[in-house]
Amino acid sequence: MDYVWAFIIGGAICVVGQLLLSLTRLTPARILVLFVTAGVFLTALGAYEPLVELAGAGATVPLTGFGYALGTGAIEGAMENGVIGAFAGGITATAGGIAAAIVFGYINAVIFTPKTKKPKSPKA
Amino acid sequence: MDNIQQTQAQKKYQQRVNERMPKSKIASQCLRAFIAGGLICCIGQAVRAFGAQTLQLDEKNVAAFTSIVMVFLGATLTGLGVYDKIGSWSGAGSIVPITGFANSIVSPAMEFKREGYVMGVGAKLFSIAGPVLVYGISASVLVGLIACMVR
Repeated sequence: MDYVWAFIIGGAICVVGQLLLSLTRLTPARILVLFVTAGVFLTALGAYEPLVELAGAGATVPLTGFGYALGTGAIEGAMENGVIGAFAGGITATAGGIAAAIVFGYINAVIFTPKTKKPKSPKA
Repeated sequence: MDNIQQTQAQKKYQQRVNERMPKSKIASQCLRAFIAGGLICCIGQAVRAFGAQTLQLDEKNVAAFTSIVMVFLGATLTGLGVYDKIGSWSGAGSIVPITGFANSIVSPAMEFKREGYVMGVGAKLFSIAGPVLVYGISASVLVGLIACMVR
C-alpha cells in the first residue's frame, strides 16, 4: 500500500510540474525553484507533513520534499537553538543530499562527456 | 459548388482538430509525467524501506540515505546519457523528483568541461542547483526566524 500512495502522490506532484511546463512559460529551472520554495512554505503551514505521512517517498522524493526537509530542519533548529538554529537547521537537515549532489555531480561531470545529440526527427 | 462546400467543411473540420490537438497533447504529457514521476517515487520508497528495515537507520538518517542514493542514481544515469532519454519521454516526471535535481547539476557541468575544471565544471554545477539552493535555503531561514518569534 505504501508503494501505491508513493506512486499516486509522487505522480500527482509531477503532473503539477508538467501542467506548469505545458501551460506557462516557466522553464524547468524556475519550476525547480518554485517547487522547493513551495515545499518550505507548505511545511511551515503544516500542509506538507500529512502528505509525507501518507505517501512517504512519494512526497519526499519530489523537490517539494527537499523543501520539506529544509523547512522542518529550520523549524526544529529554531525550537532548540533559537536564531542560530533557524539559520543552521535547514542545511543541517539536507546536508547529506546537498553533499551527495555536489560530489556525485562533480565525479560524473569529470568522468563522462556529453553524448552527441541526434538531430531531432520532424515528429519530435 | 459541391467541391467548395466540401473544402469548407474540411476547413471547419481541420479547425476543430486544431482546437483539440493541444489539449490531448497536454493530457498525454501529464499521463507520462504521472507514470514516470510515480515510478521514480516508488524506487525512492524501495530505497527508504531498505534503509529502514535492512540497515536499521532512524527516521532522519533514512531521509538522508534516500536522498543520497536517489541523487547518486540521477547523477550516474545522467553521466551515462540514460537520464536525458528518460527525460524526453517523461517531461516534468523526470525534472521534479530529486533525480532531476541531480540531472540539472551534472548536465551543464559536463557540457562546459572544456571551459576548465574551475569556471567550467565547478561553476556550472550550480547553474540550476544554485538558484534552487538560494531560494530554498533563504525560505527555510525565513521560516525558522518566524518560528523563533512565535514559539
